[in-house]
Amino acid sequence: MKLLPPRSPIKGSQEMLLIPCPYCGNRPEIEFAYGGEAHVVRAAAPRTVDDTAWTEFLYFRKNPRGDHAERWRHAYGCGRFFNVKRNTYTDQIEASYRIGETLP
Amino acid sequence: MQRYSALALIKQSLNGHKGWKPQWRDPEPKQSYDAIIIGGGGHGLGAAYYLAKKHGIRNVAVLEKGWIGGGNTGRNTTIIRSNYLFDESAALYDHALKMWEGLSQDLNYNVMFSQRGVLMVAHNVHDEQSFRRHVYANRLNGVDNEWLTPEQAKAFCPPLNIAPGMRHAVTGAALQRRAGTARHDAVAWGYARAADALGVDIIQNCEVTGIDRDAAGHVTGVRTTRGRIGARKIGVSAAGSTSLVMEMAGLRMPLESYPLQALVSEPVKPIFPCVVMSNTIHAYISQSDKGELVIGAGTDAYVSYSQRGALHIPMHTLEAICELFPIFRRMRMMRNWGGIVDVTPDRSPILGKTPVPGLYVNCGWGTGGFKATPGAADLLAYTIAKDEPHPINAPFNLERFGAGQLIDEAAAAAVAH
Repeated sequence: MKLLPPRSPIKGSQEMLLIPCPYCGNRPEIEFAYGGEAHVVRAAAPRTVDDTAWTEFLYFRKNPRGDHAERWRHAYGCGRFFNVKRNTYTDQIEASYRIGETLP
Repeated sequence: MQRYSALALIKQSLNGHKGWKPQWRDPEPKQSYDAIIIGGGGHGLGAAYYLAKKHGIRNVAVLEKGWIGGGNTGRNTTIIRSNYLFDESAALYDHALKMWEGLSQDLNYNVMFSQRGVLMVAHNVHDEQSFRRHVYANRLNGVDNEWLTPEQAKAFCPPLNIAPGMRHAVTGAALQRRAGTARHDAVAWGYARAADALGVDIIQNCEVTGIDRDAAGHVTGVRTTRGRIGARKIGVSAAGSTSLVMEMAGLRMPLESYPLQALVSEPVKPIFPCVVMSNTIHAYISQSDKGELVIGAGTDAYVSYSQRGALHIPMHTLEAICELFPIFRRMRMMRNWGGIVDVTPDRSPILGKTPVPGLYVNCGWGTGGFKATPGAADLLAYTIAKDEPHPINAPFNLERFGAGQLIDEAAAAAVAH
């Protein structure tokens, strides 16, 4: 779904995010709950995973300055989870896509 | 170092104050140092100072990508307290608080540490139970904290509205009298001046772009925008940018970086005698010695390095402030800014060794790092000098996440703090 919000990347701007829900369209940030880094996959058989990998899964995150794939939930809208690709330096949202779809 | 005193002030006044020298040098980076600190905030500058003063390691550089104290050291709301729940946290934060009490004398620099008391306001049964538990736990750990009724809280802080029926009614408050505020810039400048006097090079506008390691994995130096600088010991004290710096050494961190906002009002005459915090409605307020109300808001919801945030976050805080302090309803806010805070899963810091030999880290202070400045600096210096953590920071290691030994202050307070 092609929905690019007009979020200004100008330094000093104080707008909240305008988030493109793939189901409902552009909506203000206060309708959403943040869900953290996307594509952090829980092991299918956790008992077979060693402590290092399990700790990585639970606690360690990319935390990049730049492009970041993250989950949002349209908590005060359709209620559904989806993914957003956002630049964490400019806060510009580049794309949104449904759960199960790959990062554009 | 040119010592500051009343006598020095009188002497300088006789020749028109033309004899004051710069407080620290602006040196070119040397080819190598015994130790490098990445990050010229209060924590990093302080670590360099204690390395030189307590451990005799004077061939030290502090590398700062911007100007010293320009990150979270200059962006916080200067609240200092040590009323944390768990034994490990109480030891850590009270170590810092005890150091604050003698810091101005130690540095010969007035950091304007003011023990005006921090009042943590309770609004409901949950707050009350949680804060009372903190009071008891703190007292068992030798940390002062006491429970006040709403009337006692109002006597201590007269602008506080305790009228029943308000939206966020005050049901009581926990008061730490030894807590207070300090002048944040002076902390960075005081440490910089004192460290410089002991031979530490403070190198500004010097961004680290890579960390070099030898065949055994031991660090050998850093690449920077001002050339390569060698060192066998590197301390990272880079707050919100820690994940980025550690990635240069091939390490992933249990950190996420969020914008935390603060704002100040127009200056007014002294009206606010203490610090008031409300974790439940996210309001943190005190008055600076310049007269501005200094107000802290919550974090934005999402990972960001933008050093700003959205307006609805401080608006939420201001609504709460206006309810708690109706007297401030017509005050105008002058400036609003954001700092990037590195938050750990258990909301406790990480201070210790890393899997990379020679690389040490001080991070994860989240929304409350300023209060810990002298303590964190002291313990980081100890860890770098001895290549092992001090007993106070030993529990705050990086391995605790895998070992399941979290110091879960997040759950203890039940809010972001």
